[in-house]
Amino acid sequence: MKKAWWKILCVVLLVYTIIGGLLMEVPRVRILNETIRNLYFHVCMWFAMMILFTVSVVHAVRYLRSNQIKYDILSRQYAVVGIVLGLLGYATGLIWVSATWVDPNNSAAASFGAIAREPKLIGSAIALLIYAAYLVLRDSIQDVDKKARIAAVYNIFAFAFLFPSIWIIPRLLPSLHPGGEGNPALNYNDMDARMRVVFYPAVLGWTLLGIWIVSLKVRIAYLNEKKFSQL
Amino acid sequence: MNSLSQIWTLFKKDVLLEIRQQYAFYGVLLYVGATIFVLYMALEEPESRVWNGLFWVLQLFICINAVAKSFLQENSARLLYYHSIASPQQFIIAKLIFNVLLMLLMSSASFFLFTLFLGNPGFQFVSFLLLVLTGGFSLSLVFTFLAAIAAKAQQNAAIMAILGFPIIIPQLILLMKLSAAAFSQQAGLPYTALLLLLAMDGLVVLLAVILFPFLWKD
Repeated sequence: MKKAWWKILCVVLLVYTIIGGLLMEVPRVRILNETIRNLYFHVCMWFAMMILFTVSVVHAVRYLRSNQIKYDILSRQYAVVGIVLGLLGYATGLIWVSATWVDPNNSAAASFGAIAREPKLIGSAIALLIYAAYLVLRDSIQDVDKKARIAAVYNIFAFAFLFPSIWIIPRLLPSLHPGGEGNPALNYNDMDARMRVVFYPAVLGWTLLGIWIVSLKVRIAYLNEKKFSQL
Repeated sequence: MNSLSQIWTLFKKDVLLEIRQQYAFYGVLLYVGATIFVLYMALEEPESRVWNGLFWVLQLFICINAVAKSFLQENSARLLYYHSIASPQQFIIAKLIFNVLLMLLMSSASFFLFTLFLGNPGFQFVSFLLLVLTGGFSLSLVFTFLAAIAAKAQQNAAIMAILGFPIIIPQLILLMKLSAAAFSQQAGLPYTALLLLLAMDGLVVLLAVILFPFLWKD
């Protein structure tokens, strides 16, 4: 897609997210205070990651039905950019953690122990590991068609396990994340209207950024394919 | 019903192979014995949390070994023959049933040996045995399908472990929760966890039956 409108939209949305996120009014919640602004980055990036993984699995299904290599290339690139967004989500989470969950009176090691057992962190680590294993699997097969087919099968299988890992298990276990036990509940379904104004555009902005990166990578991959298949 | 009888035949074939070659069964049994003995020498009588953790780690590795052997010992000529006589769904269902049975056997054997050597840190025997069987059942389903994938990716058992560990973690967490309940003396069983576990098993079987034909096409 070489059209420009959605790229401009992406830039506009992200600029709006950053400026609006940092300047506009946010509700005052106990413990979180101003750091709640990180929501526009941390949570929105996880959302965008889930959307990109969903697109990846849709392309995997399309590959299995039609056997055209282009869907396989798309599937892989969406998974890769999804992983990148996931890592960024972890990074923004780290920043948020150092401002809220870490107790400056304890040593760093003690805080780390409590935080690392956090179920949502484990759940998202599982998601990232699953897709990293997907990339390892792809690299272990030489034949292009076989690689595409087996990778597509694993993609679908692994995606079905994402939902239990990220959404269901963390809800079963005691958690430091908002909405779990012992936390001021930032109820995601009932978010303050002031936050929603920035939240949804931010999700769209991060997703479009991911799609933009994927489109560039896919174009490079096509050029490589053409170059090597003409040898 | 033609389909059921074909599945039964494939399953019997696996069982017969196993009884004659005894490759997977005794191999895994030896592995189990060696590991438990090493643990016994290191720990003698661990307390309940350590016992629990070690037990499930052992189950995980037993499952990988047992299931890997079942798929990786078929060479491609034989697979081509199966391709011509049975549908992929029948093949994978027969494999799933066989691996479940193998794993149930291995799980119980390892549980008895574990209790024998490392003692009983205070759980109710029957309920924990049932839990062990459920755990073995769940683990074997996931790893059977992953072994099918790994068999296509150059027959490497290491890739199966890499693919498997992230996927198995949710089920392990649920099993740990159930184990913790079995260790505590109260009667309450976390039914949510059990139902979720069984639901995930159903998901695995469904996905395996739907996706295996694509792997089979080779």
